[in-house]
Amino acid sequence: MSDDVLVATGVSKTFGHGKNAVEAVKDVSFALAENEVVTVVGESGSGKSTLARMVLGLMPITSGTLTFRGNDVSKMNARGRTEYWKDVQAVFQDPFSAFNQFFTVRRLLARSSRLLDDKVGAERLEEALGHVGFPNPADVLDRFPHELSGGQRQRVMIARALMMRPKLLVADEATSMLDASLRVNVLNVLTDLRKELGMTVLFITHDIGQACYVADRVLVMENGVMVEQGRAEDVIFNPQHEYTRRLLADVPKLHESMNDDSPSRAAASPVPAAPAGASPAGAHVEF
Amino acid sequence: MTNRLLNAENLRAAYRTPDGKQVFAVDDISVYINEGEVLGVAGESGSGKSTLGAILSLTTRPPLYVESGTLEIDGKRQELGERSKIPRTWRGSVVSLLPQGAMNSISPTQRVRDLVFDVMRAHDRSIKRDEALDRARDRLKSLDLPVRVLDSYPHQLSGGMKQRTVTIISTLLNPRLLIADEPTSALDVSSQKALIDMLLQMLEQKIMSGVVFITHDLPVLRTVSDRIAIMYAGKIVEVGDAEEITERPRHPYAAALLSAVLVPEPRYREMRVFGIPGSPPNLLNPPSGCRFHPRCGVSYPECETEAPPHVGDELRFSKCFWAKKHPGESVPLKAVTSDRLEEADPIGHDPRPAESEQHDDMDGPAPAGRAEGREVSTGGVSA
Amino acid sequence: MKSINLTPRFWFAAVLVLLTLFIGLIGPFIVRTDPDTVIGGLYDRPSGSLPLLLGTDNEGQSVLANLVYGTRTSLLVGLVAGLIASAIGLVLGLIAGYQGGWLDDVISGLTNVALAIPSIVLVILLGIALNDRSSLALAFIIGITSWPWMARAVRAQSTSIRAREHIDVARLSGASWASILTRDVLPYLLSYVVMAFVLQVSGAILAEAALSLLGLGPSGTTSLGVMLYWALQWGSIRTGAIWAFLPPTVMLTLIAFSLLLLQSSLDEVFNPRLRRGKLAKRKTKGGQALPGPVATQAPTPIGTSGIADNPVPASTGGTR
Repeated sequence: MSDDVLVATGVSKTFGHGKNAVEAVKDVSFALAENEVVTVVGESGSGKSTLARMVLGLMPITSGTLTFRGNDVSKMNARGRTEYWKDVQAVFQDPFSAFNQFFTVRRLLARSSRLLDDKVGAERLEEALGHVGFPNPADVLDRFPHELSGGQRQRVMIARALMMRPKLLVADEATSMLDASLRVNVLNVLTDLRKELGMTVLFITHDIGQACYVADRVLVMENGVMVEQGRAEDVIFNPQHEYTRRLLADVPKLHESMNDDSPSRAAASPVPAAPAGASPAGAHVEF
Repeated sequence: MTNRLLNAENLRAAYRTPDGKQVFAVDDISVYINEGEVLGVAGESGSGKSTLGAILSLTTRPPLYVESGTLEIDGKRQELGERSKIPRTWRGSVVSLLPQGAMNSISPTQRVRDLVFDVMRAHDRSIKRDEALDRARDRLKSLDLPVRVLDSYPHQLSGGMKQRTVTIISTLLNPRLLIADEPTSALDVSSQKALIDMLLQMLEQKIMSGVVFITHDLPVLRTVSDRIAIMYAGKIVEVGDAEEITERPRHPYAAALLSAVLVPEPRYREMRVFGIPGSPPNLLNPPSGCRFHPRCGVSYPECETEAPPHVGDELRFSKCFWAKKHPGESVPLKAVTSDRLEEADPIGHDPRPAESEQHDDMDGPAPAGRAEGREVSTGGVSA
Repeated sequence: MKSINLTPRFWFAAVLVLLTLFIGLIGPFIVRTDPDTVIGGLYDRPSGSLPLLLGTDNEGQSVLANLVYGTRTSLLVGLVAGLIASAIGLVLGLIAGYQGGWLDDVISGLTNVALAIPSIVLVILLGIALNDRSSLALAFIIGITSWPWMARAVRAQSTSIRAREHIDVARLSGASWASILTRDVLPYLLSYVVMAFVLQVSGAILAEAALSLLGLGPSGTTSLGVMLYWALQWGSIRTGAIWAFLPPTVMLTLIAFSLLLLQSSLDEVFNPRLRRGKLAKRKTKGGQALPGPVATQAPTPIGTSGIADNPVPASTGGTR
């Protein structure tokens, strides 16, 4: 539908040639609507990170199309990418390796500031740092990454992404290296912000618990193929595909209350206005 | 009455910094394990859980020094400390460590059977190659694993199979106690389950008589442990039966931590979960009294000045003034958790020492998603 | 930047290097004799007075004076050649590694061709073409023929740094190509480049010595290689005038040794994992290893400029 933020159609990625060819992503199609949190769940080798990098324009697509707000972004030149990255941003998994160790926070964020004009840049910087729990930017701006904890670094990386007020935020295992006590707060912030900033979040993770907590819709990947996608409640509590079923059965539970009469299986789940996409509202599709 | 497999008392170990200071990563901890039991040890970064594993498995190395404590396994008592001499035979045959990241430190140019032989020979110079391999083969068979693993190179095995292989190798000498440090963190969910099943099977077959399972992943602990100990800032704050602790934690930190764990259960879609305000203390200069008191929303004045009381018996207890004053009550979560990110990990006014300064080992969430996250940096696809 | 723990090996190497620098730079002021002045007979034995401390050479000139002036020349040539080669190699390697694609192919092709050409031929031809036999010209020639090694080494590092996440973040932040190269790639290479530079200088000094030994050295000045040339020509070994060839040999050995030691000690400083014994326990003050190049191996010289034979430095630990 026309108000989708991102539409992927038959996206594939193959590495190498001939006998050595490896298909990391095979014919994946999905759509992301506005203000939606969509989680791509998969284990190692599922291709979810490759998919994320293609969506971000960091890696060329072998075949298929990617459309962002109506524009074809499957093949972008340098200028196209620069424009794209004003609306699409990312947070990666490792706050240590993603952060140039020779930069202070100020220098890291200055790059993004420069893309906006001066006054706006300064405002956005303060606003973004405020969103991630640094109400007083002076506290953190002149620090080097080794002077910050892992969680603080990751929050700065999120602020960096938020400065552009992106329409689409790709979070690639962004919380996997955080302590449980911090992880939850970060997830809360990301999901709160989507309404405030009109942002769609594509959340990549191997952790179904996190997917359950934040996602409106879930996309399950196995070996490069999207095996199932649909509303979170449907995919997580009533999986159709054999892989998803096995995945959920193997996930260790904390409170063994997997009874049928547990709440929220009813229709009253807070899903935003029918997510437009490959699946008709209410049902989910198995690939 | 079940036999006590392990009585470890008053363990204290510190990292010595180059400028002569001591950072006590484990500060006066006592641990007890019964025959046939799996004790789960949970904690976040800086809790000291990996250090505890090193102490129990007698594998501490400088700059980590065990300052004091006693270890009693199967009735055999051993004093710990700088001057104590650990009998060489203990390591590996009485207590064995399955270190964090073990599966990635196998030499890639060796077949598994060579590794088996090396390990066995290191413990017993006279053992013949055939003997060692026969033993390994029998062990693999008894645990329903393919014997061809022995002839494989590490890269030919999947992550889960590698980890199970390494687990078997570290228990070939039938140690009484196995210390497993984050054995499941780099594995995907199905391999995790397979490993846990295998460990429980091994216990049943009495290959070892007890397991200490160290991890930050609480749902995994719930599945595998009989009892769970929660560590914070070098101390154990609560120990109890797996189900008790998970459903009815009595210590504010344990309660807050458990409430922050996300699992795919329906109620999590309905509610908003909160984190814990503040951040773990610098162990160079830990808080006085109860170590958690600066972050605790239900603290009392005495929490700052006196050591918290032991509430419970040796095997099941919590160390908390609040727990003492409110026996049987649930911890009020609203008071001990926070929704505000700035409170969750505040910027201090002195630059924090990077975590690795305090301890060599990787306490805290071993990058669970690491294997997955690193899929395609240079265009290749990871196994 | 975090502070660095300097190892004993580093200090020892630094002292040696400073010693050679002292001899080369301050030496001439202490030994006031002009190296071209005849002060005695042919191959006079060493005797008491300062100019005659090491005897005389085949022209009756002071060996000691020639030694200190020669050291100065050799060091200068080495430094200039090292700088030129490193600059060219760094820029080409950096761009080739980061950019990849056709640009990488072109630069790598160029590098391979340059490596394949026997440099001694190039040196002779360039020497004739430039019609300038000064030591600076020689330094220039050595410099522009020994960059391929550096380019190769830097390219490999650059390629692996390209794959790191902070580069992705830089791109997403809208950083320009030049900004990424200088701010995100180069700093991560720097420790490696410094070590490679030291090797490059060492190689250049020995290259100059080898060239001079063959008679292709600078005219008008003396250098360690030139001293050896004359010592060979005039049969000092045969006649037993060891004071004519031993000092320059020892000096060359000292320079090469100290530079190589410096290089390997720098490797230990930048990569704490390689330290041994008690030193292995110490970490850098910041708590983490300094951002090292991905391959924690020290750059190993591969027959620098094809002329001189460089010993491969003792294995520095290799893979993690």
